[in-house]
Amino acid sequence: MDLAFFLIQLLNGLQYGLLLFLVSSGLTLVFGIMGIINLAHGSFYMVGAYLAWSLASMTGNLATAILLAIPLTVVLGMALERLLFRHLYSRDHLYQVLLTYGLILVFEELRSLIWGDDVHGVAVPALLNASIPLTENLSYPVYRLAISGVCLLLALALYFLIQKTRLGMMIRAGASNRDMVQSLGIDIKLIYTLVFALGVALAAFAGMINAPLSSVTPNMGSHVLIICFVVVVIGGIGSVKGAMAASLMIGLAETFGQVLVPEVAGMIVYVLMAIVLVWRPEGLFGRK
Amino acid sequence: MSQNDKDIFARREFLKGSAAIAGATAVGTLLPSAMALAQQGKLKVGLMLPYTGTFAQLGVAITNGFKLAVDERGGKLAGREIEFITVDDESNPAKAPENVNKLVQRDKVDVVIGTVHSGVVMGMAKVLKESGTLWINPNGGAGAMTGAACAPNFFRTSFSNWQTTHALGKVLKAKGHKTAVFITWKYAAGEEMMEGFKEGFEKEGGKLVKELYTPFPQVEFQALLTEIASIKPDAVVAFFAGGGAAKFLKDYQAAGLKGKIPLYGSGFLTDGVLDAVGDAAEGVETTLHYADGLDTKKDKAFRLAYAKTFKLQPDVYAVQGYDAGQLLAAGLEAVKGNVADKVGVIKGMEAAKIDSPRGQWTLSKAHNPVQDMYLRKVVGKENKSQGVAWKALADPARGCKA
Repeated sequence: MDLAFFLIQLLNGLQYGLLLFLVSSGLTLVFGIMGIINLAHGSFYMVGAYLAWSLASMTGNLATAILLAIPLTVVLGMALERLLFRHLYSRDHLYQVLLTYGLILVFEELRSLIWGDDVHGVAVPALLNASIPLTENLSYPVYRLAISGVCLLLALALYFLIQKTRLGMMIRAGASNRDMVQSLGIDIKLIYTLVFALGVALAAFAGMINAPLSSVTPNMGSHVLIICFVVVVIGGIGSVKGAMAASLMIGLAETFGQVLVPEVAGMIVYVLMAIVLVWRPEGLFGRK
Repeated sequence: MSQNDKDIFARREFLKGSAAIAGATAVGTLLPSAMALAQQGKLKVGLMLPYTGTFAQLGVAITNGFKLAVDERGGKLAGREIEFITVDDESNPAKAPENVNKLVQRDKVDVVIGTVHSGVVMGMAKVLKESGTLWINPNGGAGAMTGAACAPNFFRTSFSNWQTTHALGKVLKAKGHKTAVFITWKYAAGEEMMEGFKEGFEKEGGKLVKELYTPFPQVEFQALLTEIASIKPDAVVAFFAGGGAAKFLKDYQAAGLKGKIPLYGSGFLTDGVLDAVGDAAEGVETTLHYADGLDTKKDKAFRLAYAKTFKLQPDVYAVQGYDAGQLLAAGLEAVKGNVADKVGVIKGMEAAKIDSPRGQWTLSKAHNPVQDMYLRKVVGKENKSQGVAWKALADPARGCKA
């Protein structure tokens, strides 16, 4: 591998890492901050992708589709929190696992009823449908770079929201001591509804923006679910910073692993997770 | 088949005669089982296919194809009415033994038809080898089924993974490509297709310079595409399927490789995904045992009948299901519907010449189709036939001693 290709692979790794952050950011929020084990995270991702596909084919424009779809997913998230998740905060994690596993089945079946079982593709928006030539036979798709930019912006926005705003302060306080926050007169129920809806919207947004890169397929959610949990566990539960660091680590490890040691590429991520957990059982940026 | 037919005929004539002589009093005890069976009981056909999950549509296409073959014979095979018993295998290898046992033990089916997923196929093989039940596999291409694990009661009407890429070696040589890279998922089917290609290409003096694998079912190809660009082979050969295939074709184009390094593949790379990939697949050439635009009488009639009955366009899976029905019919006709004569059914199927929409084919010794492999080129939304790439290609059936 000469220097040029090394640098391109480095770019691949970072870009893939940012994508992983985007996909797992919703889970970081819901699992990390609210403490809900949400196996249905992948289903929200799938719902986002299918919404983007169906709305984009109706309106002919992915950007319009995303603008229309985000409010829908926020409403979906709020409804799910009000009707289902609210009743489980005080219960054992096992109940959350059961509920969210059930939701996976429900969403798969709904997807099959509403959208069918076909594989679909979403066109890259015309404005971003170009490639930048890197070597004589390789170019880099502009849309991938644009997504990386969006991922970075989103990471900054999340960090700012949770660390620097009043709402973020209340969220963090609620995560540490729900009863105390409530007795101080803060409507913690409303805050939890909002945070959960934000988590659902983030997962769905990841599905939407990723739809032109990946394909829109049945069961697509289950493929991203595992890697999302790996990101959150390596990064440390509850840490947006940790999720970002873990995503970049995994992105680089997978990219170089596939090229340098293809025989064991499938294991690398899990080996990495095992090493991190032995070294820091609470994750990279987790609280003890 | 004809010798077999004659034997059976002679036997039946003899029995008929003896029954007449024996007269009314002895009818109950003397009537031979063959005649009794032909008149009573339906033939039990167990369909073990995926009806939910990613491969649900493939299961439906195979079922439709099989039923079309039965319908064309007046709803009967060799005079026997059919009772279908279906089991959804969910493409879950862990449940394969349990599912196939439902058909074999509980329902006592005469023949098992299934399935799509190769892992499930190998799970079925263990059970069916022991039970000896007739088995026709209408898709899963695992080499071992008609290789190391082959058995007299195992039949396949589709392909072996090896077959789907072997002819590409010749194709690449004819186009003047001397070096190639193979890229696929790291799992059994991908590795078998890689082997099939490698053997064919090296026989023609070509060199497979690198095998690239990504874990199944991951679809992040950027690192491997960069690797391809740095190797600069004359051609790239790929196997992915379904959503993974769609994503690979799009990524190959987006990375600027399309048009610079020509892309070839196993036919599954471009089957069922053309609506999803826009122009990313245009011009990609693949080999498979079926193609669009074959323009034969049989294929046209089949497509018309299928579209009319099911309001759907048939695909390669429907053809494989249809041929499973045709093969079973040939076996049963050889014994006049007496499925209890298992050896007779097997001989009938072994001798059958199947007049398929894909063209005529026969079975190899290991019971895998010996069939023409077509070179196809993506033109618009079709895998247009470019002619036969390899006439009557047979799987080597390595390790098959049955």
